[in-house]
Amino acid sequence: MEFTEEQLKRYSRHIILPEVGGKGQKKISEAKVLIIGAGGLGCPVGYYLAAAGVGTIALVDNDNVELSNLQRQIAHSVKTIDVNKAESAKQTFEALNPDVNVIAVNERIGSKNILGLIRDYDIIVDGTDNFPTRYLINDACVMLKKPLVSGAILRFEGQVTTIMPGEGPCYRCLFEEPPPPGLVPSCQEAGVLGVLPGVIGALQATEVLKLIIGKGKPLKGNLLIYDALGVNFRKVRIPKNDNCPVCGKDPKIKDLTDLPEEYCSI
Amino acid sequence: MTVKVRIPVPLQRLTKGKEEVDGEPGTIISLVNSLDKKYPGLAERISEGGKLRRFVNVYVNEEDVRFMNNEETEVKDGDEISIVPAIAGGG
Repeated sequence: MEFTEEQLKRYSRHIILPEVGGKGQKKISEAKVLIIGAGGLGCPVGYYLAAAGVGTIALVDNDNVELSNLQRQIAHSVKTIDVNKAESAKQTFEALNPDVNVIAVNERIGSKNILGLIRDYDIIVDGTDNFPTRYLINDACVMLKKPLVSGAILRFEGQVTTIMPGEGPCYRCLFEEPPPPGLVPSCQEAGVLGVLPGVIGALQATEVLKLIIGKGKPLKGNLLIYDALGVNFRKVRIPKNDNCPVCGKDPKIKDLTDLPEEYCSI
Repeated sequence: MTVKVRIPVPLQRLTKGKEEVDGEPGTIISLVNSLDKKYPGLAERISEGGKLRRFVNVYVNEEDVRFMNNEETEVKDGDEISIVPAIAGGG
């Protein structure tokens, strides 16, 4: 694919970077990224990836936009209240960059549909809001060896890591099991500073672009923790767990299952 | 003689908003239990029956204690301890 005059202009600040160049921009335009959750994290991730010219961006979300989302979910607006979030974000991203093929998937992700959804994509982004889905996405990405850029937020704190199945640890190596329902509050119960998903989502989008152009060091084997109140960025090491139930030497999890619904309420 | 313990945001309610508190050198579990005297409720959130909970990780200077001596990992003066719970918000 040759860039048009207009595309050369649009992506000129990328192309001028030696680390990106025309070659890197071509990789970006050919990349296929699937974002699960078009909420606080999915909006900024998709927004920046659309601006960067990622060829295909799919968004998976079965929720509709509500007024209380607009404090942080920047791809939606008062015009798309009650519209499916994936569809709402698609409209925004297409308006920003018509080069990008945005696919809205109005489905709830579960053990039955996840493998089919992620199979055709190069990189998966986790921007979901509950533990069962996070563990499911991790397990599916390990099984299909898909790079996964995971982000999570609560109140004033965020976490980011990049999971490279076969090369580094997975989410289960980091946290062996989800907390029991009721012990960790959700954003709905505990609140979240509106700009926090912007910081964490921008970090996730950065990781995705680095993976696409193959430059720099991915956040593999590390968890980056951001504390907005104390203005601290800390990185801790995630060792690969040989006894990990999904990516260890003798994995016990061989099929995908949905955790009980009550986990969703935390 | 102290070690610095970083408290995650969800637990800062128990430390009166402090993001970092001082603890005493010793094993991880003795550190957790001694902090609980000053900040009641902290030990229960991090551990159960003397064992660290499986969705809360504890790091000594960036290293996960699960891959060291777990609850019995020794911390010494000047070490930095981080308590990191799993969070799932994406909202």
